[in-house]
Amino acid sequence: MMKLAKKDILGIRDMTVDEINLILETAESFLEISTREIKKVPTLRGKSIINLFYEASTRTRTSFEIAGKRLSADTINISASTSSVVKGETLIDTARNLEAMNPDIIVLRHSAAGAPHLLASLVRQSIINAGDGAHEHPSQALLDMMTIREKKGQLAGLKVAIIGDILHSRVARSNIYGLSKMGARIVVAGPATMMPRNIEQMGVKACTKLEDAITDADVVMMLRIQLERQKQNIFPSLREYAQHYCLNRKNIKLAKPDVIVMHPGPINRGVEISPDIADDPGCSVILDQVNNGVAVRMALLYMLSGGNE
Amino acid sequence: MPEKKSPRVVMDSEGIERCLTRIAYEILEKNKGINNLVLVGIRTGGIYLAERLQKKISAIENTKIPLGILDITLYRDDITKTSKKAPLGKTKIPFDLEDKKVILVDDVLFTGRTIRAAMDALIDFGRPKMIQLAVLIDRGHRELPIRADYVGKNLPSSFWEAVSVNLLEKNGKDEVLIEEET
Repeated sequence: MMKLAKKDILGIRDMTVDEINLILETAESFLEISTREIKKVPTLRGKSIINLFYEASTRTRTSFEIAGKRLSADTINISASTSSVVKGETLIDTARNLEAMNPDIIVLRHSAAGAPHLLASLVRQSIINAGDGAHEHPSQALLDMMTIREKKGQLAGLKVAIIGDILHSRVARSNIYGLSKMGARIVVAGPATMMPRNIEQMGVKACTKLEDAITDADVVMMLRIQLERQKQNIFPSLREYAQHYCLNRKNIKLAKPDVIVMHPGPINRGVEISPDIADDPGCSVILDQVNNGVAVRMALLYMLSGGNE
Repeated sequence: MPEKKSPRVVMDSEGIERCLTRIAYEILEKNKGINNLVLVGIRTGGIYLAERLQKKISAIENTKIPLGILDITLYRDDITKTSKKAPLGKTKIPFDLEDKKVILVDDVLFTGRTIRAAMDALIDFGRPKMIQLAVLIDRGHRELPIRADYVGKNLPSSFWEAVSVNLLEKNGKDEVLIEEET
């Protein structure tokens, strides 16, 4: 039987198609638990999961916490602003101290790409990457793939447009790795200043105009403009960005009639997506993504805890 | 090393059908009809047996009673220990269990641990009036105080033997086999 032979979940890049399929199928079985009156199963009773978040997060942190709690694990949240990080403790020292308290899984979000990989090599616990810099965000890509598969039946052969700040987006990177492994065609679009050089090497088509990218798309994935990462001025103003790259009622007509619109959140309304599209239950699957996110994270916690051996 | 004996057929297709027909009548007799009666099959063998019982009961009573599917993987007591595990399947209980008489259906009753897990799972869904257990084969070796209300066949076996129930729906053939475990 197929199993996930991994200690850690660090990125989609090093996952096989079989592993992705196994995670998505397991996650689909977990969906039902969140619909019960008693939303809890005893599976991970006695396990401890530490959510170590060095960057702000609502969705991902809450989602991991709920996932752990619905599996009966004890979840502990640490955010950098209220921890010894403010006293100058290094990531490695923090991790060694947490390791000494013997948790089972550490979920790490960090602004430095590669931070989870460093931890994974240092501590014996399983590490889940909940976003490292502009590198990867594997659980987000998995929940996105789960949502697309739920709505479209499959991933292979679909045209997926990813729009916005590709350069700074770990969501884009993980999705590009995942979706291309699964056989989707990916087109990315964004201002030249937000487009990584040689992005075509990742197997995607790159355009400058939103309209070119979303034409005939089955899926349009809008990325958040990461104001916190815009230290250098890579666009003149939000208004100008919105004029060219905001998904709205008019330009969405270029996509397939049954297009689904995704966004990893949080949304800058009127910047990357107009409110009427974000709130349109006919095409927006943004809240389905959040719902599936809990199931995907339950699957990851379960599988790392030996639930798939 | 002694040669491994080939599996022995202990029940054939007709035998399985007769057992299920008898169990269907026993369920109706014991519960005095189908009022508040629901079937829940334990993944995977129990699902097909529960479906067959549903058909037999509806043929007798002219009413289809509700059928649910239970995957007990998440309720196992050996989740991080055992090496033999089926992938997690979906649980579907598309009805309220409150005050229902639940007939839990499984193919083989062995240690009783699966049934313990199944009862825990069912109770998380609501408070059934009662839970009864129907199994095709009871092979003994209980490790928990659990017994079946309806048994197709009592099959004395050694702890190390393997009893497998093959069903048309998943194996293409109806038969119960017993073989020496190596």
